[in-house]
Amino acid sequence: MSISSPDRNWWDTPVHKEERLWIILALTWSILLTLAMPWWHVTGEQNTSQAYSKMTAVEFDKATDRFIDKYKVGEEQGTPVVAPPADSDIYLRARQFSWDPILKLKANSSYKLHLSSGDVNHGFSVFPININFEVVPGWDNLLVVTPTKAGEYTIICNEFCGIGHHTMIGKIYVES
Amino acid sequence: MNADTLAFRTCPTTGLKVHRPAEVLIQINAVTAIVFLLVGGIMGLFMALTRWQTVHLLNEEWFYRLLTLHGIAMLVAWIIFFEMAILYFASAILLNSRLAAPWAGWVQYVLMLVGGAIVTVEVLMGRADVMFTSYVPLAASHWYYLGIILFAVGAIVGCVVFFATLMVAKHEKTYEGSVPLVTFGAAAAAIIAIITLAHGAITFVPTWLWALGLIPMMDAEVYRLLFWGFGHSSQQINVCAMVSVWYLLGTLTTGSKPINEKVSRSAFALYILFICIASEHHLLVDPGLSAAHKTWNTGYFMHLAVLASMIHAYSVPAAVEVALRKKGYTKGLFEWLKKAPWGDPAFSSLALSLVGFGFLGGISGVVYGTEQLNIISHNTLRIPGHFHATVVAGTTLAFMGVTYYVLPLIFRREVAFKGIAKWQPYVYGLSLYAFCTAMMFAGGFGVSRRQWDMTGVDAPFQVNFGPVVDLTMAVVGISGVLCVVGGAMYVLVAVGTLLVGKKINA
Repeated sequence: MSISSPDRNWWDTPVHKEERLWIILALTWSILLTLAMPWWHVTGEQNTSQAYSKMTAVEFDKATDRFIDKYKVGEEQGTPVVAPPADSDIYLRARQFSWDPILKLKANSSYKLHLSSGDVNHGFSVFPININFEVVPGWDNLLVVTPTKAGEYTIICNEFCGIGHHTMIGKIYVES
Repeated sequence: MNADTLAFRTCPTTGLKVHRPAEVLIQINAVTAIVFLLVGGIMGLFMALTRWQTVHLLNEEWFYRLLTLHGIAMLVAWIIFFEMAILYFASAILLNSRLAAPWAGWVQYVLMLVGGAIVTVEVLMGRADVMFTSYVPLAASHWYYLGIILFAVGAIVGCVVFFATLMVAKHEKTYEGSVPLVTFGAAAAAIIAIITLAHGAITFVPTWLWALGLIPMMDAEVYRLLFWGFGHSSQQINVCAMVSVWYLLGTLTTGSKPINEKVSRSAFALYILFICIASEHHLLVDPGLSAAHKTWNTGYFMHLAVLASMIHAYSVPAAVEVALRKKGYTKGLFEWLKKAPWGDPAFSSLALSLVGFGFLGGISGVVYGTEQLNIISHNTLRIPGHFHATVVAGTTLAFMGVTYYVLPLIFRREVAFKGIAKWQPYVYGLSLYAFCTAMMFAGGFGVSRRQWDMTGVDAPFQVNFGPVVDLTMAVVGISGVLCVVGGAMYVLVAVGTLLVGKKINA
């Protein structure tokens, strides 16, 4: 019984062969999964950020403003639209409750995307492709992104950031 | 009569010596747990009826507020109060011992109650719209953090009473040889609880001092790291307590005996060693952790804890099978399964909890905890889909199941409304299966968790997930309502038994 003390020799009771087989199978599977994790990281084409750094909100603000001034091509709903060249550093600022600027990118070009927040934590979620990253104040979450398909993408904030959280929606255009 | 006979009674069913002060503490903690379950369940109804986009009941302010309370009332208050009852049961009652220090048990209860009450009031007054996670620098009132701290200190006191009772029982030789498996599992849960609550202290004490304006805010990423040492590890307490309850339910409903004590106990030891480290999977898409660190922590170490669950997943049903075959159900491969006591709500709870936890909760957890797959899961509805399967279909259902035996054994009343009790685990468990699956499905399309509206109303840009997702969210809403019905059936049976259940005389 699991509610009474076991026999004195419980440690020496041999494991039944079926249970032993199950444990061996489960352990083998666990080891395979464990080896798969670094293997996926090396061979996979979509990994998490490897080049993050600390950056204060003030520094990030300045870098974002410089970036907007340099590549601004228009405005939409009061938010600047920015068209940076391929291989450049691009900045996306999260604040209660907006994403700025609106990015206009070229398909099959790479960009270094810097993500940070000016106030609280936010979540970077790209609709409809469902890619999600955490945006944390004081940290620059740097991702190398290569959009592969032209179209309009929406950025949804998916980390609760205050009562207006669900209104925090931004935009990315990818042109062919 | 001497003091000893006054303090103890003998249980007519099990022959166990029941320490009355321990019994009272078990009763009061269990009743308080059920009150919080009721509160959290009502909040859950509002959540289901709001995320069901067609109904969209609450306004945004109250949705976020009650979602915060739903998380606290369920994940923290209901489960930890119930776990305190389990700790006192697994130590004093199962070991035939007195509870080490009943006064300390009352300190545990009062601290947790006051802490829980402060948090509830602060959230309802709108001074803590921060969700269960309360990530800084999003701030709640300093009272909110104090409430969490008091609750956690109370829980630590409860764990200390548990360990002290183990020592008392050993010293006073109230049992022979090793402690029972259920007590061993509860001890593993209590060790994980101490690790967890220590993380809670180093997260919330500085945050409280910051809210009081006494110290600067800690780094937002460091907070996330420390918080999950508390937030996820506390779910590992639940896993451990739930598995102990599985063994307990197997024995109570079919008279099963662990097939190998060494294997089951070693698996509990694997939980203690490895499961808390896996909490870092919450930070997989965060800045601040290297890939080597992520794959090591959530890969190698988590899989050793998963191995432990795989072992229990074999040994719990195997023990039940052996017990039922001994009763003569030996025809073919599955006669034992067909003749199992499916009408006993404690047994159906065990079966539904085991399958829900393992197949829906456990597997989804391992999948979403992978570095690359977390990119398509983080903060989507896949996550609440996963943890409603583990914590609700798993832990909560197992705790509900054991209640059907706690009522006669500890409250000494026959279970009332037997017909409702018989169906309760099926209504609750099966609607949860639908609920969790639908949430995970919607999350696969990128629908966010913790979001009042997913269409972009009031936002500069609109989002259209399309009819498939709309239908899925309707399934989330409808099955969510059915879960609440199943939960209400449980509360009705439990409260009904206490009020009108037939008294069992010793």
